[in-house]
Amino acid sequence: MADLAVDLGFLKLRNPVLTASGTFGFGTEFAPFLDLSSLGGIVVKGLYYGPREGNPPPRLVETASGLINAIGLQGIGVEAFAAEVLPELRRRGAAVWVNVCGSDEEEYLRGISFLDGLEGIAAYELNISCPNVRRNGLCPALRPDWTYDLVRAAKGRSRRPVVAKLSPNVTDIVEIARAAEKAGADGLSLVNTFLAMAVDPETRRPRLGNVFGGLSGPAIKPIALRMVYQVASAVRLPVIGMGGIMSGRDAVEFLIAGARAVEVGTANFVDPAAAARIVREIEAFCDERGVARAADLVGTIKI
Amino acid sequence: MPHVARAPTVRKESWGNYHLVRFRAPEMAAAARPGQFVMVRPGETTAPLLRRPISLHGRDGDELEIFFQVAGEGTALLARRKAGETLDVLGPLGRGFDLDIPLDGKSACLLGGGRGIAPLYFLGLELAARGARVKVLYGGRTADDLPVRDRFEEAGLDVACSTDDGSFGHHGLVTGLFEAELAAGRPDVLFVCGPDSMMRACAGLAARLRIPAQISLESVMGCGFGACWGCVRRIKRAGAEEWRKICEDGPVFPAEDIVWDGEG
Repeated sequence: MADLAVDLGFLKLRNPVLTASGTFGFGTEFAPFLDLSSLGGIVVKGLYYGPREGNPPPRLVETASGLINAIGLQGIGVEAFAAEVLPELRRRGAAVWVNVCGSDEEEYLRGISFLDGLEGIAAYELNISCPNVRRNGLCPALRPDWTYDLVRAAKGRSRRPVVAKLSPNVTDIVEIARAAEKAGADGLSLVNTFLAMAVDPETRRPRLGNVFGGLSGPAIKPIALRMVYQVASAVRLPVIGMGGIMSGRDAVEFLIAGARAVEVGTANFVDPAAAARIVREIEAFCDERGVARAADLVGTIKI
Repeated sequence: MPHVARAPTVRKESWGNYHLVRFRAPEMAAAARPGQFVMVRPGETTAPLLRRPISLHGRDGDELEIFFQVAGEGTALLARRKAGETLDVLGPLGRGFDLDIPLDGKSACLLGGGRGIAPLYFLGLELAARGARVKVLYGGRTADDLPVRDRFEEAGLDVACSTDDGSFGHHGLVTGLFEAELAAGRPDVLFVCGPDSMMRACAGLAARLRIPAQISLESVMGCGFGACWGCVRRIKRAGAEEWRKICEDGPVFPAEDIVWDGEG
């Protein structure tokens, strides 16, 4: 049996499989389908300091092997999370990561300060890349200077590791990754969704209430993989890769491209036990090939 | 508890674009309640990617039935399934009709439009078993849009039909049929599922006549179990309006809590 534990430097994981923020609710929704403690970690739905209303429907449209969402980060805020969700996640033995959002720097920092006062959180994933919050998909991860400033401020405030979640909607993702590294991020996770739209040719109207949304699912996997490879080759920080991972083989591709861990996203909707299945499939992949440790796959791409 | 089952289909019936599939899933059948739904995977590949939400239509021992209309690629693929093939089903999901109300000796009127008839068969049988007098009003565009009307009769449920084109039953909307039926007595409770325009009209009638009504909403869904927040609708709660999840907080809501487009 292969050893699946991976070391991110700032944190050791039971295995390289986390769940991607926004696709795993607050985690508790999945308790009927899998053992939350069997995962490398769960990244809960993005949290603002306060509750947030979200976008008008339609919020989802399926496209070829993909899903465009424009949820708009509807959520309960950090206080309700602390009172209603975190205790159950801890009771279930989940390694909890909180995806932290903000409409300005001050809100990010307020969220972090509050969460820092709670026990039972492993790390923060700084959501600098949600395309659905401001019109036209603007977010801090679109510019190296914005990324640098926000990551630096978050690191200055946080007592926990901070992983910056990067947007793929940029000309050069390596430039953004370097800005986050320089600002002191403990790790990078990529990619968030691709800014996208769908049109109904009959009504000539956009299919999403927000007009634009973020594309995820198998359709984006090759582009995500390329970006993970580019970033992992260019920075020293641990990289968590994601984008359309549906199977253990998909996850292994990201590890080989240089990711030290992966996040499973859209697959959770199709198969609510997907993340646990992918852990087992990575193990089987290693066992069948005599790979002793999943970590031995990381960055082994032959070019 | 909702769970994923690979369920063998034991029966399949089709009427044009409408299909009824019966599958064997003992645990799911035991847990299922009228108004709940299942998420069914249309194929084995990533296209189509997501499961499709489909109402539970009936239960018979260890077996469940779904009734659906082809509405796109996913349901078209599902419609091609044959008896004997396996169905990848997740369920039972959602909060069904609230049956924790006085029913014995009460009269219940069930209004179904088109594919919205789906949950009302399961519901009608359950209401009858609890001692309610059940009247089913089944509306469609044409006679071909009323494929399961015989099933209600065969099960001993009183059913009346309407068609927009007058090809069968009352000529006009099902709400018109309801108003005509009012002469025979005012029901104690309404249960409604159908197109939005019809449900909205029913909610208006229920409010005017002061009859409590439960309405089952439909939506595209990402997951079906509350994780994606993709299927929201404007719903009143504690005096305020908010985006609530149809999959988890519904699909059935009290009529007076639903905010219709352009309201509020």
